[in-house]
Amino acid sequence: MITFILNDRLIQTEEPEGTALLDFIRYKAHLMGTKAGCREGDCGACTVLEGHLEKGKMRYKSIVSCLTPLGNVQGKHIVTIEGLQKEKMSPVQQAMIDNAATQCGFCTPGFVMSLTAHSLAPEKTSPEKVIKAISGNICRCTGYHSIKHAALDIARVLAKKNMDDPLEWLIKEAFLPAYFRDIAGRLEKIKTQTISVENGKPVAGGTDLYVQQADEMAVAKLRFLNNDKSLRKIEISNGICKIGGAVTAAEIMRHEGLQQHFPKIKAYFRLISSEPIRNMGTVAGNIVNASPIADLTIFFLALDSRVQILTKEGTKKEVGLRRFYTGYKQLVLKPGETITGIMFRLPEKAFFNFEKVSKRQHLDIASVNSAMLLKLKDDVIETIHLSAGGVFAWPFYAEKTVDFLTGKKLSAETVFEAAGVLLSEIAPISDIRGSKEYKSLLLRQLFFAHFAVMLPHQFTPDILFSKLMAS
Amino acid sequence: MKNIDSKGHVTGKSVYLDDIPVRQNTLYAAVFDSAVAHAGIRSLDVSEAENYPGVVAVLTYKDIPGENQIGGIIPDETLLAEGEVTFQGEPVAVVIAESEAIARAARRKIKVKYEELEAVTDPREAAAKGLLLLPPRTFAMGNPEKRWNDCQYIFSGSVEIGGQEHLYIETQGAYCFPLENGNLMVYSSTQSPTAVQRAIAKVLGTGMHNIQVDVTRLGGGFGGKEDQATAWACLAALSSYQLQKPVKLVLSRHDDLRMTGKRHPYSSDFKIGLSKELKILAYEVTYYQNGGAVNDLSPAISERTLFHTTNSYFIPDVKATLYSCKTNLPPNTAFRGFGGPQGMFVIESAIAKAAQELHVSASKIQEKNLLQEGNLFYYGQKARQVYVRKTWQAAFREFKISQKQKKIEAFNKSHKLLKKGMALMPITFGISFTSTFLNQARALVHVYTDGSVGVSTGAIEMGQGVNTKMVQVAAQTFGIKASRIKIESTNTTRVSNTSPTAASTGADLNGQALLVACKAIVQRLKKVAAETAKVKPGEITFRDEAVFAGGKTTGITWEKLVSEAYLHRIKLSEAGHYATPEIYFDKEKGKGRPFAYHVYGTAVITAKVDCLRGIYELEDVEIIHDFGQSMNPVIDTGQVEGAVMQGIGYMTMEELAYDKTGRLLSNSLSTYKVPDIYSVPEVFVVKPLKADGPKHAILKSKAVGEPPLMYGLGAFFAIRNAVRAFNPDFDEFDAPITPEKVLMGLYGKRGNNNLK
Repeated sequence: MITFILNDRLIQTEEPEGTALLDFIRYKAHLMGTKAGCREGDCGACTVLEGHLEKGKMRYKSIVSCLTPLGNVQGKHIVTIEGLQKEKMSPVQQAMIDNAATQCGFCTPGFVMSLTAHSLAPEKTSPEKVIKAISGNICRCTGYHSIKHAALDIARVLAKKNMDDPLEWLIKEAFLPAYFRDIAGRLEKIKTQTISVENGKPVAGGTDLYVQQADEMAVAKLRFLNNDKSLRKIEISNGICKIGGAVTAAEIMRHEGLQQHFPKIKAYFRLISSEPIRNMGTVAGNIVNASPIADLTIFFLALDSRVQILTKEGTKKEVGLRRFYTGYKQLVLKPGETITGIMFRLPEKAFFNFEKVSKRQHLDIASVNSAMLLKLKDDVIETIHLSAGGVFAWPFYAEKTVDFLTGKKLSAETVFEAAGVLLSEIAPISDIRGSKEYKSLLLRQLFFAHFAVMLPHQFTPDILFSKLMAS
Repeated sequence: MKNIDSKGHVTGKSVYLDDIPVRQNTLYAAVFDSAVAHAGIRSLDVSEAENYPGVVAVLTYKDIPGENQIGGIIPDETLLAEGEVTFQGEPVAVVIAESEAIARAARRKIKVKYEELEAVTDPREAAAKGLLLLPPRTFAMGNPEKRWNDCQYIFSGSVEIGGQEHLYIETQGAYCFPLENGNLMVYSSTQSPTAVQRAIAKVLGTGMHNIQVDVTRLGGGFGGKEDQATAWACLAALSSYQLQKPVKLVLSRHDDLRMTGKRHPYSSDFKIGLSKELKILAYEVTYYQNGGAVNDLSPAISERTLFHTTNSYFIPDVKATLYSCKTNLPPNTAFRGFGGPQGMFVIESAIAKAAQELHVSASKIQEKNLLQEGNLFYYGQKARQVYVRKTWQAAFREFKISQKQKKIEAFNKSHKLLKKGMALMPITFGISFTSTFLNQARALVHVYTDGSVGVSTGAIEMGQGVNTKMVQVAAQTFGIKASRIKIESTNTTRVSNTSPTAASTGADLNGQALLVACKAIVQRLKKVAAETAKVKPGEITFRDEAVFAGGKTTGITWEKLVSEAYLHRIKLSEAGHYATPEIYFDKEKGKGRPFAYHVYGTAVITAKVDCLRGIYELEDVEIIHDFGQSMNPVIDTGQVEGAVMQGIGYMTMEELAYDKTGRLLSNSLSTYKVPDIYSVPEVFVVKPLKADGPKHAILKSKAVGEPPLMYGLGAFFAIRNAVRAFNPDFDEFDAPITPEKVLMGLYGKRGNNNLK
């Protein structure tokens, strides 16, 4: 039996644990405000809030209910549009009305929920953050101009939020109904039994499995990895970072320790899917999916990460991420083995950069992505790691280019020469993300972009331009 | 006045097709579609699907009691394939089961043996093979052949423009249940309830009176539910009729993307001739329209392409020929603009081509040739109340376009790897259905004894705010507050023989019909009021919920007046009818006065291209738009903003891709991208032109749905200009201009030197 609170109502259901939360909400609980738009996490019409207890307090985030297995909401609080104000409009709803930010209305509940999630976030708001909160919501009618204004109005109200007791403030200002006050206490009392099936299909965030095989997942026996707390930690000690397999992209970009070592990590991760998907998708899921353009994998490849594996027998082993793939969607992972996490040495006195180009700059799959780590000693390249997605059958580590550059004196000439090596070791194919000619050219450009970003005084636009025109 | 649905929308209480509470015993249908683009069906075996647990029936064309025919204009479209399939995604059978999941699982058990035939996906190839949906059509004025000798400059070229997926967030669907005596209740997510009613009656072999179609609202339409909602409603109705059970059929997103048609891609050739003074003297164009497998609305869309061939310009000698090509793709269909953008894109490309060859700015040629009062459109209509030059001049003034141009030139000089480009996009768009007979509408008004009002029209609310405008018309005419007025669902039993809510005419046609009905009731009420107040009816006015005589209060409230009228046995209901006067069109000659009026405007768009990565952003989009006298500036501005972003998406990231076998590759939201919140330009300004509206527009407020989409075409030319600032050899006219095309355009051959 799965037990959770849906809005202000306790749910105890025998529905299969693989049922998509969206289907439960719409067709079992008959709450029709949550809409089905695409069922692949790309439109946000089904966005709801997921709240869980953390040290006695509720923490909420936006998730897409179409990709969430019912088993993942065990012991949690799920809020749909019906769980907001009954009569009086919340400031979020009122701002949407005042700015005429709703036309056909089908996407609107999703926007309202994403903006409500933002109002619950335990951090100070900003115009940038409130827009980021709705980066996963597609509207086909308004052209977003009015929605943007509504979001900025909401941010202005939220700027006054009392950070000492945000919940009371939000209730007082009618962002939330009063029943939210009691949720933490009610959740504490719920005794949830484990619904995970030991030999079931492992699922964490569900953001890929529910896109690829929704019908199968609905009836499958599942093993819920998110329940395992040991998989959900980020640990940093002695310059080594260990990230648990079930850690989400959002948790990584929010992590203060990682922010110190990757000052632009938020900017990089904003190019990766959308806020609700980042709230759900995990590191291990990204790696095991073996997609040739997996953003997180490309990021961690350039850190020369190692994958930590738990064997069927319960022993631990490690494999270098760059040795992890053996063919298209082929891994060294054996049946019964799971990824428990990854580890890497944090870059010190090194440059790091992540680049991604896609047809749409946000919430899109890359045509080509690439990450690079560069450590110089005087003018000489001491260490370099370079990864690239979309140019090979799996996430690609550019070994030949790395070998070519290591130990060489850094100059524009060397980098342009290295580009030739890079293009000789990749094997892009033409597909919906671009022709192979485009992907080759794009990777060359992103390779140059790494240097332009890391060493802007050495790789100036003038120098790059003259080299590009000469090549 | 805000959209009357706002509160329902933000609380999730608004009801869409899939939200209608289902009846007991409701069954669910899934459509089994063709996996090949062109083939004979050798055998079709549904037995395993029929025996699948939970399946109630599998229906094929053999189960159709009436005609297996749903073609709207030309009867060339089967509901379920019969012997042959002509596109991937063509419905072949429908599986009805106890749940949607079962229906989907069972449809995988259907086995078809295909005898594959040659599939054609390219319109030029189809034309070369004589595969046309209709004979070619030509519109002309004068004769360009005789003018080329007078031209100082002549340029020619080819232009490609892709299709566009509607991506209404609510997918297609219908829910039907049988009523007594063989009648059928149909809820459909359609822009054309009457088309649905007619097609179901035909398919079931019954009368239209037996079929009741009801629509509350759509979660977006954009033309995609004008003709293409019909098939799904017919399949649900067929299932419901055969099984005598309620049946729901809602397409999953992937089914919807795969099975439905989109905006027509075009491939075109142009020749343009100019005088020394840059006057366009002659223009010749041939369009190859990719129509898909059957006609659908292609004949009407072809016409609108021809009508908008010269966009906002006067050209004395014009000849335009259109081939509507039959290909093995899903039937392409209506989409906001309805063929207009494809025609306008070619003339704008021709002007851009001339400008680049002559080393002048395109805006110079555009400006010299803008329509003037009294000019003849090449289809014979005289241009009246022409505001395009006014919007052009206002844009230059308000948005400081000359300075903007200079700043861009300076920026491009000082930046090696960032380039900017600007483009102006004037629009002239005709309002009316080009099939004259469709320009009619009806409305039914009931005034209840408590003074409240129920309004039914043929208009479909799909986010464009037509219901809000209907409230405004009734409230203004009766002089009462909006809260007294309810807009009923659109229902074929209350308002019959409706035209589709399309061609931007929803508010005009239905509003005028509503006005006729309200005015008739007002006339009767005035008599009652005059008797009660003992004055002449001519002195009576209604406003602020009260009756005034000669401008003075009479002390009679609206409620009192209505109650009085009822007691006097006065008719408090009225059915209004409206048909747009003065319009006609001779399809044979290609001449007439097809449009009630035109909508004008000018947009200026600036783009910035990152020449290292080949990505771009639109910095500003500024527009002067001719609303006439907008009856609802909030709603109308929202329509412009939404249309512009849809047009920008069309020109930039929205790239439909089919492989050579006719399989849709952009078959999900992860492979077909529409604008997101980050796509909105930093500066996005829509300003109204000060203008008096035409009498045919409802309350002088011009139609607004489609015209502003074409401002988006300017995004293509702005980005193209920025690319050309980096690589002057870039000479393509191939929309959408994706990051791929930009990067390849920036480096051209240079980029490929290094590549294997």
